[in-house]
This record gives sequence, C-alpha cells and structure tokens, in this order.
Amino acid sequence: MSFSVLGTGMYVPANVVTNHDLTKFLDTNDEWIQQRVGVVTRYISETETAADMAYEAAKAAIENSGISANQIDLILAASISGERVSPAIACEVQELLGISCIAFDINAACSAFVFLLETAAGFFARGYRNILVIGAERMSRILDWQDRNTSVIFGDGAGAAVLTAGKNYLDSTVTVRGGHDVINIPNFMGNSPFFKGVPEAPYVQMNGQETFKFAVNAISQDIKHLLQKNNLEMDQIKYIVPHQANKRIIDMASMKLKIPAEKFYVNIQKYGNTSAASIPIALDEMNRQGLLQRGDLLLLTAFGGGLAHASCLLRW
Amino acid sequence: MVLEKVAKIIAERIDCDASTIQNETKFEELGIDSLEVIELLMSMEEEFGTEIELEGTKLTTVADLVQLIKSKLQ
Repeated sequence: MSFSVLGTGMYVPANVVTNHDLTKFLDTNDEWIQQRVGVVTRYISETETAADMAYEAAKAAIENSGISANQIDLILAASISGERVSPAIACEVQELLGISCIAFDINAACSAFVFLLETAAGFFARGYRNILVIGAERMSRILDWQDRNTSVIFGDGAGAAVLTAGKNYLDSTVTVRGGHDVINIPNFMGNSPFFKGVPEAPYVQMNGQETFKFAVNAISQDIKHLLQKNNLEMDQIKYIVPHQANKRIIDMASMKLKIPAEKFYVNIQKYGNTSAASIPIALDEMNRQGLLQRGDLLLLTAFGGGLAHASCLLRW
Repeated sequence: MVLEKVAKIIAERIDCDASTIQNETKFEELGIDSLEVIELLMSMEEEFGTEIELEGTKLTTVADLVQLIKSKLQ
C-alpha cells in the first residue's frame, strides 16, 4: 500500500517582482536573467511567513481533496527558509488548521518534495490513512540581495498535496552524495563566547557550474533509471515535472535525454526557483488547468543541496 | 589533439572557424557564458567517453578545459 494524490493547493505572496524591478538595486538586466536562468517574474513576500504560505496552500489542497482537515493524521512539511527553527512549519500549520494530528518538518532542500512523498509512503505502509505534505519557502529571507548570481533565481511560495492510502506511488529513486561546498546555506550563528570559527554569512551560496552539471546528470540518470526499471517508454509518460531550478538545466536534460521539451512542465518563468515548493506548485497548476487525467503517469524529478536527488513515478 | 577536438566542438557550437580558437582564448570572448562552458564539457564527456568531474576547477579559458580533460584521460 502506498498512496494516491487526492488534492493539491498552492499559495504565492501578493507581491510580484519583475526582472526590471531588480535592476533598480542590482547590476543586471532582463535579457541576461531570462537567457541565463529563464525567470521573468517571481513572487517575493513582504509580510507572509513560510508558515503562512504553507497554511494557505494546505487549506487549498484540503478543499481540493474533498476530505475534512480533521481526517488528516499526519502533516509533513519541508522548508529551508522558514522564520523559525522551532516550531516546525508543519506544527504551525497544524495549529492554524485547528487539528490534533502529529506534524513535523524534514530538510532536503530543493529535492524535498520527493523526499516528503517517500517519507509519507513509509507512514502509509504503517497504516496511516491521510497525509498532508507541504513544501513552503520564503527564499527571499536567505538570499544575499546584493549577489546578482543567486538573488535573481529564487522566489517565495508554497505548494501542498493531500495524499490518501492507495496504489499510485509506483516507484522512486533517492540519492545523497555529499558536496556541501557546491550548495551551502549557512545557518544563523549565535553569540557563543566559546566559538572559535569564522561565522559564515547565512545566505544561499552556490557554485553555479558544479550545480548545473550535477542537476543535469541527476535528472538524466533518474529518468532513465525509472523508465528502464518499470519497462516504460517515454511516450507512456504524460509529463516530467522537474524541480524548477533553472530553465537551462531542464533544456540541457531534455537535450541529453533526447526527450522533447514539451514533455517537461515548466513554470520557472513565473515563479522563479521556489525550492521545496516548486514541484507541488507545478502539480497544483497542472491539476487546476485540467492537464492531468486520472491514470496519467508522471515523473517527478528533484535535485539540490545535499547534494541530493530524488525522483518518482506517480500515477495521477 | 585534445585542443583540436575541443576547438572543433566549440566552433560547431558557436559557428566559427576552429583555427581561431586557441589555448589562451577566454570563453567570455567567444560569447560563451559559464553554464554554456558546462554544456560544452558535457558534450566533451560524450566525445571522450569519460565522466569529467569539475572538483572545484574554474573554467575560464580553453586551456583550462583542455587541461581538465587531459588530466582525466591519463
């Protein structure tokens, strides 16, 4: 027994930031950002916390699922950019929903949504009935807004899904392989009088070239592996839903795998890279636009800090 | 030998004469951005049939790329 997706939801802050808006304080331009990353706009929070966004996405997913909040017996959330180390975002959402199930967060950076599904599958195997999974990020909190190489890429938002016991999580592959120097997001350093190191700036630091190469290889390996292992041809897959890290990564993977670009669902132009939220936001858009029919096969593929990558075969 | 192959792949990609691509040529001068350098490196992996890890190497000039490939071929 694994699960089936019952409903999806998403939320992004009201504030839209265009590439042109960024040129007011960064030495960059619209053409460079579009060509280099593929982002045109992103939503950047002014007041919403990651937990606020998680709650809104969760409410939308619950409404879409048709079950009531108190039928949920576990909330799993993922974030690397929440306001609080504790309580976990999942706990805040539980309180806001006014329900009494267990709730906790996991940290798997940009690969987190597939890690959430994989974790949920374990709980379904233990007999859980309905699980709410949420990826929520306020990436704008952890960016150096003077660094034009990273700040133009990311956006804020949350995506959620309600899962119910079923048989539609067909297969998965999860890999963790080191590389803390490739993507590094140092945490806040306190004021310990005993500390002898050099505190690092608590912002996203990324080696663009290494990340790019890792990401393209991760997508290519995972997709080939899942297709082969399940005796599937690419034309049996309705969509590949990749983590929206950079349009160039998706284009290169499409070229390397010789899979037409149309198979990849892409919305980075609108939202930027929303880390753990990117795949559930994409799923909710596809769901509400009527792009998915029951029985469609999807490949979700995620990669990021760890380094880690995780992909799964999901029947809608 | 490696330089010739690298120059040929770059020339095909940006549609120029391979003989204009020398060791000291900077990718930036060719209008190749840092992600395109990695795209090139990945085509080289297929061409040379070997995986080429960056391991922190910065690829600024054609020579940097040639050197990296040579080190993996040995």
